[in-house]
This record gives sequence, structure tokens and C-alpha cells, in this order.
Amino acid sequence: MALSIDEITKLITESIPDAEIEIKDLAGDNNHYSAKISSKIFNGISKIEQHKLVYKSLKGKMGNELHALSITTEGK
Amino acid sequence: MEIKLEIENIINKNEVCLFMKGVPEAPQCGFSMAVSNILKHLDVSFKGVNVLENEEIRNGIKTYSDWPTIPQLYIKGEFVGGCDIVKELFESGELKKLLQTKKII
Repeated sequence: MALSIDEITKLITESIPDAEIEIKDLAGDNNHYSAKISSKIFNGISKIEQHKLVYKSLKGKMGNELHALSITTEGK
Repeated sequence: MEIKLEIENIINKNEVCLFMKGVPEAPQCGFSMAVSNILKHLDVSFKGVNVLENEEIRNGIKTYSDWPTIPQLYIKGEFVGGCDIVKELFESGELKKLLQTKKII
């Protein structure tokens, strides 16, 4: 029930096509990641809205299949 | 609906309110511990709500904030963010400013 880096990248890219994504597997267990994501869609919106867009792209997997994903977002 | 009111009540009654796993004295998750420690570091007195003790609140707060993860920090009724955002705000000094603006510290 874990997600691979490729699967996470694919999900985010499907929703945010111009995203530049850098994901690290922090514990080597396919379950604790950090992701740095930059996209034009983040321009001019709050951090909360930015993170919500990332969570939405993960289609409910965050907090379920995906236990821990620490997110850093920035505009372009 | 009832749980929404209960959550609203908690948020309105406590100026600084952290929905977390465990209690401030003994957090049971690294992310909850991180936010709890930041608040302690800034000398903020806050209400910790242990979502592990109440499944309804645990699910309810996710819907209420439209946010899928715990911890969640509320300051004067406003959702500030989860662990990543709170850490960023702390590191940039914005969290301290926000707390000062809201006259909490």
C-alpha cells in the first residue's frame, strides 16, 4: 500500500503539467517522502492553496496509501 | 453536522489550537511534535486536541479544513497550515509576526 516516486510524480504531473518536481524518499521505505514542487499555478495564491492543489493531485491518497509527504511549493 | 459544530466550538474557544496526534507533553507523531515544539519555543500557550482519542474529530477536522493531514494549526479561528507550512512560517519569522499581530505573544 505504498506509492513509488514515479507514481507520485505521475499523479502530480497529471494535475499540474508544468510542475518541476523533486522527490526524495527520506527513509527508503516508499512511505516517507519530501517533495519540492514549482509551477506557474502557484503564482499569487497562498501557501495553503498551493499545498491543497498538490493534495488534490494525489486524489485522496495523501494520509492513506501515502503516509508522509512533506511538501515545499513555489511559484515560477 | 454535529461534529462540525463541535470543531467550530473548539476553534472559537481557543485562540491557538493544534489538532495533533498525542498531547503537547507527549506527541505521538514526528510532525505533531515539530509543530508543538515550535509553539513551545515561541512561548505560545495553546490547546492541543488529540485526534487519536476521537475518530470523529480526526476525520471531521480533515473535512472542516479541506486538508488531509494532521497536525493542523488554527490561530484565532483561522487555519494557518500543517507541519510544512508552519515550519516555513517559523523559519522565515512570519509565524512570530502573525502571533504578535494577533496579540498572542
